[in-house]
Amino acid sequence: MARSVTPQRKAINTIAAWAVGLVIFFPILWTILTSFKTEAQAINDPPLFLFFDWTLENYAVVQERSNYMRFLWNSIIIAGGSTVLGIIIAVPAAWSMAFVPSKRTKDILLWMLSTKMLPAVGVLYPIYLIFIRMGLLDSRAGLVIVLMLINLPIIVWMLYTYFKEIPGEILEAARMDGASLKEEILYVLTPMAIPGIASTLLLNIILAWNEAFWTLNLTAAQAAPLTAFIASYSSPEGLFYAKLSAASTMAIAPILILGWFSQKQLVRGLTFGAVK
Amino acid sequence: MATQHSRSAARIMMAPAVILLLGWMLVPLTMTVIFSFKKYLPLRGGDLGWVGFDNYVRFVSSSTFWPSVQATLVIVGGVLAITVVFGVLLALLLDQPMWGQGVVRILVIAPFFVMPTVSALVWKNIFMDPVNGLFAHLWKFFGAEPISWLSEASMPSIILIVSWQWLPFATLILLTAMQSLDSEQLEAAEMDGASPLARFGYIVLPHLGRAITVVVLIQTIFLLSIFAEIFVTTQGAFGTRTLTYLIFQRVLESQNIGLGSAGGVYAIILANIVAAFLMRIVGKNLDT
Amino acid sequence: MGRITLDKVTKSFGATEVIPPLDLTIEDGEFTVFVGPSGCGKSTLLRLIAGLEDVSSGQIRIDGNDATMVPPAKRGLAMVFQSYALYPHMSVRKNIAFPMRMANMPQEEQDRRIDAAAKALNLTDYLDRKPGQLSGGQRQRVAIGRAIVREPSAFLFDEPLSNLDAALRVGMRMEISELHKKLATTMVYVTHDQVEAMTMADKIVVLRAGHIEQVGSPLDLYRAPRNLFVAGFIGSPKMNFIEGEEAAKYDCHTIGVRPEHITISGSEGAWSGVVGVSEHLGSDTFFHIHETGLAETITVRADGEVGFKHGDRVYLTPRTDMLHRFDTKGLRIDA
Repeated sequence: MARSVTPQRKAINTIAAWAVGLVIFFPILWTILTSFKTEAQAINDPPLFLFFDWTLENYAVVQERSNYMRFLWNSIIIAGGSTVLGIIIAVPAAWSMAFVPSKRTKDILLWMLSTKMLPAVGVLYPIYLIFIRMGLLDSRAGLVIVLMLINLPIIVWMLYTYFKEIPGEILEAARMDGASLKEEILYVLTPMAIPGIASTLLLNIILAWNEAFWTLNLTAAQAAPLTAFIASYSSPEGLFYAKLSAASTMAIAPILILGWFSQKQLVRGLTFGAVK
Repeated sequence: MATQHSRSAARIMMAPAVILLLGWMLVPLTMTVIFSFKKYLPLRGGDLGWVGFDNYVRFVSSSTFWPSVQATLVIVGGVLAITVVFGVLLALLLDQPMWGQGVVRILVIAPFFVMPTVSALVWKNIFMDPVNGLFAHLWKFFGAEPISWLSEASMPSIILIVSWQWLPFATLILLTAMQSLDSEQLEAAEMDGASPLARFGYIVLPHLGRAITVVVLIQTIFLLSIFAEIFVTTQGAFGTRTLTYLIFQRVLESQNIGLGSAGGVYAIILANIVAAFLMRIVGKNLDT
Repeated sequence: MGRITLDKVTKSFGATEVIPPLDLTIEDGEFTVFVGPSGCGKSTLLRLIAGLEDVSSGQIRIDGNDATMVPPAKRGLAMVFQSYALYPHMSVRKNIAFPMRMANMPQEEQDRRIDAAAKALNLTDYLDRKPGQLSGGQRQRVAIGRAIVREPSAFLFDEPLSNLDAALRVGMRMEISELHKKLATTMVYVTHDQVEAMTMADKIVVLRAGHIEQVGSPLDLYRAPRNLFVAGFIGSPKMNFIEGEEAAKYDCHTIGVRPEHITISGSEGAWSGVVGVSEHLGSDTFFHIHETGLAETITVRADGEVGFKHGDRVYLTPRTDMLHRFDTKGLRIDA
């Protein structure tokens, strides 16, 4: 139950919260605004806030750079592919842990989580070496595999916590009703778990999209996603603020939107259920 | 509780995930450990044989090691302090009744979704550039000399950038925890004559205790291995070379695999110490 | 047909034995209720019959055929769960159809059975709704509908009424009894509520810690409880137990007398005491009498109009023909 407060109190809260919110959001807002300016206006002193000649030219220029679309496409394939693959592997595992728990289930879950804690840099060279041997360096397939593996513990965990909320009796009812294991998972569990699976999907796309260690270190020209594309702006193109902003806006916009949809699940996914 | 049949089915269905993760963990880890005992320079002769603990000793005794540990600790500590303190304050604020709460939440959370390379680059150029950056304009407006942030105040700058990225995470988790606080508890305390400050100190803060611990542990694990923010901004210059970045340089820039791997083993041990605490909390939670 | 026989069935979880060797026969067409306090193993026993748990040893036969290793779906039993276990993403029609769909039954036959079940259970108007849009009682009926259409050889009910409010529970109790009369199919019903057991059962099985304490018709159990546990468990309010001198008068260790078999009077009687709390239910009044020197409290049922007050001295007279006698082991001593 929300406690009722006086309108004045509420107004003060509102102003304070909005002020803080806008300060935190400002760098993003400013980037988006700058992306619509000309290069000269972008570095104008004093800075121009809203009153400038709005232009889409920067987006056109960034688009024209023949390879932008490829970076974008790589990001989509890598983030989407690793997540979908991860979910296909994780659903049966999470089913087992949630509905047929054994004494070792807890240990397995915690062990899976612990693999997520391995610092990537500690195993950078071995992975690099394996990738060269297997011809996976700078390939999308290679990144799909690596990002799937680093996010698999989170996927299993999230699905596990969602599955745990589905009463076991419903699956038993299906079993009594004559459903085989496959039918039980396909017709009963999956439809019921759709919201959970969807938010797992969403959060992991975000995590994979923004992953910036393996994507920077295991790709070159062919498979580089947007993280690497933006990093290439480091210099000297970084001085073209408007174009940098346009490229940045395009790189973060899809994820910002997805992220806003999945903010509730975020807490759950990233704390492994330790905070509810 | 289940039948024999479903138990064996469960084992089979768990196998792919377990085997994949086991391979992902053991294979590279074993290789790193092996390399760490070798003199291994791919560009200057390749595998030059076993050297015992030489790499471990050299990594720790090199002049870059302690500064990198210090840089790592300063960044982790600084970001943790900022995100936890401001996270609690923000969560308190956002938990109050107000108009447009949903929108404010979205504004506050947004930075977490910005990819690290973008946020590093935007901060570096558009805000912290000493000539055209927004901060430079602001300083000039007040008649001050613009600061070359990433070279003159490199550490605070990096901490600012990383804190901006992680503050939403801390806020979101603390807010979620705060919302799970039974409001009747607060009302009971109010009836018992507790002032707002006392209510915060005796009820809200203890309630947040576990969430704060979780925030600290998870952020520590991620912060120990921040990479893109430094890669894009200072490339490890101006005293911002963290342990992660140092190992990265040993491995990929100087191609000294043995030395880098020894560093990697140190990093793994360090992360495991933090992870052990996190596991304990998560594990406890599993029972309930 | 639906005759279920348990032959030396045991169940252990790890080292804990929840069901020690147990024999039981449930006759075809019988309404059998498993009753006992929580943790007595009654639900586990039902789940063993259903096949949702493996027996650790022993044999389960259905109509004489060994069903011990038969998977749940193939046993020809239908189950109604405590939480109803409806599929939330399917409409009522799809829920009821699910077992038939799994059995690949022809569509016309499915529709015919759904319509018949819906009519019998007053669900015709709700067939296209989702379970979330139904009341508790309606959900319960959908769960029953899903069981009926399979035309099982026996129905298993796992505390089906415990999630309903009191008024609805009475109504559903009647409906299930009615259904049993109509279908004349074996029903096995688990509950912790002795009122449900008494009102619905042909045969009650009282369980404690996995052991069968007594099997019999409701009136058998009420009239001749085999031991103190059954005596205390069946009947509401609970039977009064009196030990010591008073019991010795009847040559036993403990005597038991039900509250309804004691008359209360303001002037004379065999025992005396002081009125404590009295519960007025309208039709009946239950007096809790203290300071009798027999037991801490003696509960007495009286007519609703009897009006003793807190602190009044009263006199009690038990009906000696309705006394139950128990020995030192708590076992019944028959007259």
